[in-house]
Amino acid sequence: MTTITPPAAGVPSGSGPWRLARTELGRRASVRISLLVVALFLLMAAGAPLLSSLAGWTPEEFDKSAVDPYLGGQPLGPLGGISADHWLGVEPVTGRDLFARVVHGAQVSLLIALTATAIVVVAGTAAGIAAGYFGGRTDTVLSRLMDLTMSFPSLIFMIAMMSVAKDVNRIVLMTAVIGLFGWPGIARVVRGQTLSLKHREYVDAARVSGSGPWRILTRDILPGVLGPVIAYTTLIIPGMIATEAALSYLGVGVRPPTPSWGQMIAESVAFYDTDPMYFVIPSTCLFLTVLAFTLLGDALRDVLDPRSGRA
Amino acid sequence: MILYIGRRLLGVIGVLIAIAAVTFTIFYVLPSDPAAAACGKSCSTERLTAIRAHMGLDQPLWRQFADFVTGIFTGRTVGSGQYALHCDFPCLGYSYENSQAVWDLLMDRLPVSASLALGAAVLWLLLGLTAGVTAALHKDTLTDRALMVGAVAAASLPVYFTSMMLIYGLIRVAGLLPYPQYVPFGHDPLDWASNLLLPWLALAVLYAAMYARQSRNSMIETMAEPYIRTARAKGLPRRTVVVKHGLRAGMTPILTLFGMDLGGLLAGAVITESIFGLPGIGRLFYGALSTGDQPVILGVTLLAAAFIVVANLAVDLLYAVVDPRVRY
Repeated sequence: MTTITPPAAGVPSGSGPWRLARTELGRRASVRISLLVVALFLLMAAGAPLLSSLAGWTPEEFDKSAVDPYLGGQPLGPLGGISADHWLGVEPVTGRDLFARVVHGAQVSLLIALTATAIVVVAGTAAGIAAGYFGGRTDTVLSRLMDLTMSFPSLIFMIAMMSVAKDVNRIVLMTAVIGLFGWPGIARVVRGQTLSLKHREYVDAARVSGSGPWRILTRDILPGVLGPVIAYTTLIIPGMIATEAALSYLGVGVRPPTPSWGQMIAESVAFYDTDPMYFVIPSTCLFLTVLAFTLLGDALRDVLDPRSGRA
Repeated sequence: MILYIGRRLLGVIGVLIAIAAVTFTIFYVLPSDPAAAACGKSCSTERLTAIRAHMGLDQPLWRQFADFVTGIFTGRTVGSGQYALHCDFPCLGYSYENSQAVWDLLMDRLPVSASLALGAAVLWLLLGLTAGVTAALHKDTLTDRALMVGAVAAASLPVYFTSMMLIYGLIRVAGLLPYPQYVPFGHDPLDWASNLLLPWLALAVLYAAMYARQSRNSMIETMAEPYIRTARAKGLPRRTVVVKHGLRAGMTPILTLFGMDLGGLLAGAVITESIFGLPGIGRLFYGALSTGDQPVILGVTLLAAAFIVVANLAVDLLYAVVDPRVRY
């Protein structure tokens, strides 16, 4: 994921479809830039404890010397208190280090978004393949379930579930709740794709030569739906990040003092007038991550799933 | 057609009952005791039992649910003895917080949420479709690139970010608009619009960006169809072809999207309402959550689900009008 092969010189004849896709992707500047941004934020999230210890602050450590007690706890110094000591400034009132909080917030936000995506993709692909391949009653039941899930007012429902369940691990609960409502979209895509694949000659050939359904599903159908699934996966990640941020913004996500971008933004709104940097920093991180994943997903869809989406 | 509508309406009712059942189970099974909350701190066991009986919480869960569902269709009596309240059709129960009928509470707040959603929808359709169709007709030109870069960027902005920027720019710095306060349409339409303009914009930016992307793709696909070439070959002016032949077919996928989005928003844009302090259904819901007011939570969820399912049904019926190939 983090390595890109440089555009191959000459005609890429005789290379496999994945190789071709990689070559095509490497040719796009937007892909290279968004991959860089994504890799940067992923590294930041993975190395959060290391990075914040480098900067010398933990995300929950107060620093009263960085705020002005006579000005309602305004950060001392320009741009929200950016200094050699606090690389991205500090939080008003508490003086907690914003760099440490943003980095740890990335960890929480991305962990939830990516795990929820994984749940959605695995469940959705399984349901879609099963519905498409087996047809009949399996298809009816699964399709009804998809319709039902899509009729749920998902945000309202997520908020309600998050706020009712009090003594549960917030991160696990949030991942599960976000994942619960996401799977029908991908299941529909996969179901359609499976329907168009299951009567292709090579699948019939496999059936005739005695392959069982499990073998056909994993060896013949799954590789065929993989392209659209990868493209779709990248395209739903931004939505997942935004949903996590929205729930935390509304105060039903992770609990303070654990930082997450949405929650930091929510806290900073009260200070938007006096300390705009406090609002700008987590918002920019959120914006850049969502943007990078969207661009990446767009490019992947163009290359891996050229029939759907744009011409 | 009538048969189809009838069958679909039955389906709608089925889905709503299923959603009510799920909501009911989740919120009534989870550890929270509204009777204890109503009773207060120094509460005797007898009094707690009495309150529980009064609220109907001593009944088995399926019984409570059956009462709730029949109450929606026929009305029912809530409580017993001197505290009995009769709740007319469509009975969604009474708020634990202030004993008002949930239905009345919802209908009280609906105009705010509906104004917000409908106004924003008009804006985002106008902006999004214009941008999308323009980009599609100028495919691979600078205009197209600029519009699509703008759309990707705008679609990545969370709604609270856009809202804060708008509040800062248009209210604080430029002083162009008032800080939004809900004024009923019947009171003063102009005041209604100028107060809602900011929340409309905040919501519309996000959706317009998504619609621009969708409608561009869909339009490009449609304009490559052979019948478009035929229409052009017949000598019809480009404008007519784009508007009459292209838009009509190109907009059908947008219709599905629109049904879902509008249905979802009618029952409250929770985030937008809370940023701008608009007293809509989203706010009602948020308030009910913090006090654990389960009848209100259930009511809002059901109303939201109803909007989504009905919007989907309306979209499917509209398809028959827009797309001559669709027949029921």
